[in-house]
Amino acid sequence: MPLSSRHLLGLQGVPKEDIFLILDTATTFREVLDRPIKKVPTLQGKTVVNLFYENSTRTRISFELAEKRLSADSVNFSLSTSSVSKGETLKDTIRNIEAMKVDMVVVRHSVPGTPLFLTKVSDSNIINAGDGAHEHPTQALLDMYSIREKLGKLEGVKVCIVGDIAHSRVAMSNIFGLKAVGAEVSVCGPSTMIPRNIEELGVKVLYNIDEAIKENDVLNVLRIQLERKAREYFPSIREYSNYFGITEDRLEKIGKEDILILHPGPINRGVELSSGVADGIKQIILKQVTNGVAVRMAVLYLLGTMN
Amino acid sequence: MNVVLKNANILHPGENIDRKNVDILLSDGVISKIGNLKKENYGEVKEFDLANIYVVPGLFDMHVHFREPGREDEETVVTGCESAANGGFTGVACMPNTEPAIDSAEVIMLIKKKALGNLVDVHPIAAATVARKGEVISPMAELFETGAVAFSDDGVAIKTSAILRRALEYSRMYGTPIIEHCEDETLAGGSMNEGLNSTTLGLNPIPSVAEDLIVMRDILMAEYTGGRVHIAHISTKKSVEMVREAKKKGIKVTAEVTPHHFTLTDDAVKTYDTNTKMNPPLRTKADIEEIIKGLKDGTLDCIASDHAPHSIEEKEAEFDYAPNGILGLETEVGLALTELYHKKVLTLTQLIEKFAINPRKILNLPVPKFEVGETANFTLIDPDEIWTVDISKFKSKSVNSPFDKRLLTGKADGVINNKQMIYKGERVSIA
Repeated sequence: MPLSSRHLLGLQGVPKEDIFLILDTATTFREVLDRPIKKVPTLQGKTVVNLFYENSTRTRISFELAEKRLSADSVNFSLSTSSVSKGETLKDTIRNIEAMKVDMVVVRHSVPGTPLFLTKVSDSNIINAGDGAHEHPTQALLDMYSIREKLGKLEGVKVCIVGDIAHSRVAMSNIFGLKAVGAEVSVCGPSTMIPRNIEELGVKVLYNIDEAIKENDVLNVLRIQLERKAREYFPSIREYSNYFGITEDRLEKIGKEDILILHPGPINRGVELSSGVADGIKQIILKQVTNGVAVRMAVLYLLGTMN
Repeated sequence: MNVVLKNANILHPGENIDRKNVDILLSDGVISKIGNLKKENYGEVKEFDLANIYVVPGLFDMHVHFREPGREDEETVVTGCESAANGGFTGVACMPNTEPAIDSAEVIMLIKKKALGNLVDVHPIAAATVARKGEVISPMAELFETGAVAFSDDGVAIKTSAILRRALEYSRMYGTPIIEHCEDETLAGGSMNEGLNSTTLGLNPIPSVAEDLIVMRDILMAEYTGGRVHIAHISTKKSVEMVREAKKKGIKVTAEVTPHHFTLTDDAVKTYDTNTKMNPPLRTKADIEEIIKGLKDGTLDCIASDHAPHSIEEKEAEFDYAPNGILGLETEVGLALTELYHKKVLTLTQLIEKFAINPRKILNLPVPKFEVGETANFTLIDPDEIWTVDISKFKSKSVNSPFDKRLLTGKADGVINNKQMIYKGERVSIA
């Protein structure tokens, strides 16, 4: 059974069958990554462009490796958004790239909706690798893959997303994906970072990190942006880490040292996670990274073999 | 030359005229007879059968952007007038966010010169402060004398309460309103209305309270100074409520609403179509319901389009990078008839008040009269004509409309003003 869409723009509205198909396919590719020769000929002859308008080493490398493992030809095209306003329009850029006969475009952009815009001006399969504060579907899929790998299921699992929910594409994709597969989702963070109306998505809101630890099976901890612009949302890094940071002491006090903690990386040690916690979950976070390649292989494979 | 408009329904809310099946004889564009005319009354003339068509005072849109000077690639005074006429308007007031801004007599004279001899009357609204920067009030006396009908920092609210106060006090000498784009600058800067949709779409939100705060400030300042404030493109429930209360207290405040703010909600943004990006942003159902209430009870005085032409290359871009604003002139009458008249929100009389009478009153302009000896200033409306919006047929230089392909009921079929006539898209010589 193929996926229900030829693009992956987000997880909002994606049926759970599609999500499980991607996760199950990723399990197969996950094995490939442990082989001595980590390559399959599945996408031979297909060309994938990684169109990155925003700096992202991790996601780009993950996609690039996934493409290479599938034997696709891949090209990186990185641009800074600052040059865009004066230079070539996105529409012209994508048309030019397509003229070079590409099949799929993986796009990262700071403006929400840009992947959807590309589907209207291009014939390629479009994969969203993060669009502003909108969605980052492959990150959520790899988070879900990691949860399932560790806990054996997703349905009924209690997951709390911790941090700046209002400006996080990872949070939005996780909410949509997890809700679709029947997990219970809550969010926890300073009230200034919780968007109004979030409860309407069927999400519980918590302002107390101890409660979040107590009530949940999984914490998906987001990276806190430390730039000045983001700083109007909380008084100080000290206050954030004191009241929302996850430390060994807290986990121990509550008796949940074994709670599954995910982090999309890169970690701000001593802010959202204490160094001790960060070290303690190192193995899981590295697994997340490996799983990321498998999940992206699954997405590329399923979309690339559709048409 | 003599022209006769046969079998028309004539409707003039300002003069309590509402007559069916009447003939109007125009001689060189001047009304020479109104009544049931026989062939022998007028001899050889051009005849237009206007059965089921309403002849109403020429419609007036008090909020348009004609982009001249500065962005003539998007619209000029001349193409803007063609767009207005095609939409059923015989008069407009054009906003000062041009390059340079309309803050000097020279720019006013330039616009008036470009509009000279046009069917559509163009009245410039001048900047309230020099270069719309909110620092020093503009030379309002000279601007008024040259033809400015109102003052506005258009696109932004007057920056500080202190300057707003002076602008209201100074403009009071001429009876002209200060037109305000109500938005608290420190809360602004987003791409859409704040709500569940902005959260799921990941777009930076503009909260409705950003508008409400400035509406409140402006009402208080109008009361304090005795000056006149006109709230442009009102879009929130609370703002409508505040204007209603202020009017009850006798504060000199008036307000307009755009067709898109009573037709569309922020659900339309889900497509990321940049033609749903405007400021103020599309709001919610609850806001529309209050706007409808405000239109009905007279809280909202008029309908204006905020006609904002933008080039294709600028609109065909990433959502955040696309400029705010959509075209309005050529869909406005159809949307109002469809959404307000046919849905029984407003009677045709009330609609004409909001389109033809009230905007002119707010700007101290004479309302066209239906009297013998007056130069005809008419819009011809077929309230039941069913048509489909087609942006390729727009007379505007731009095409940025979210209403392309929309089915509407009711249309302006023609306009007559300044001894010129356009009927069903064709120029007709009448003088």
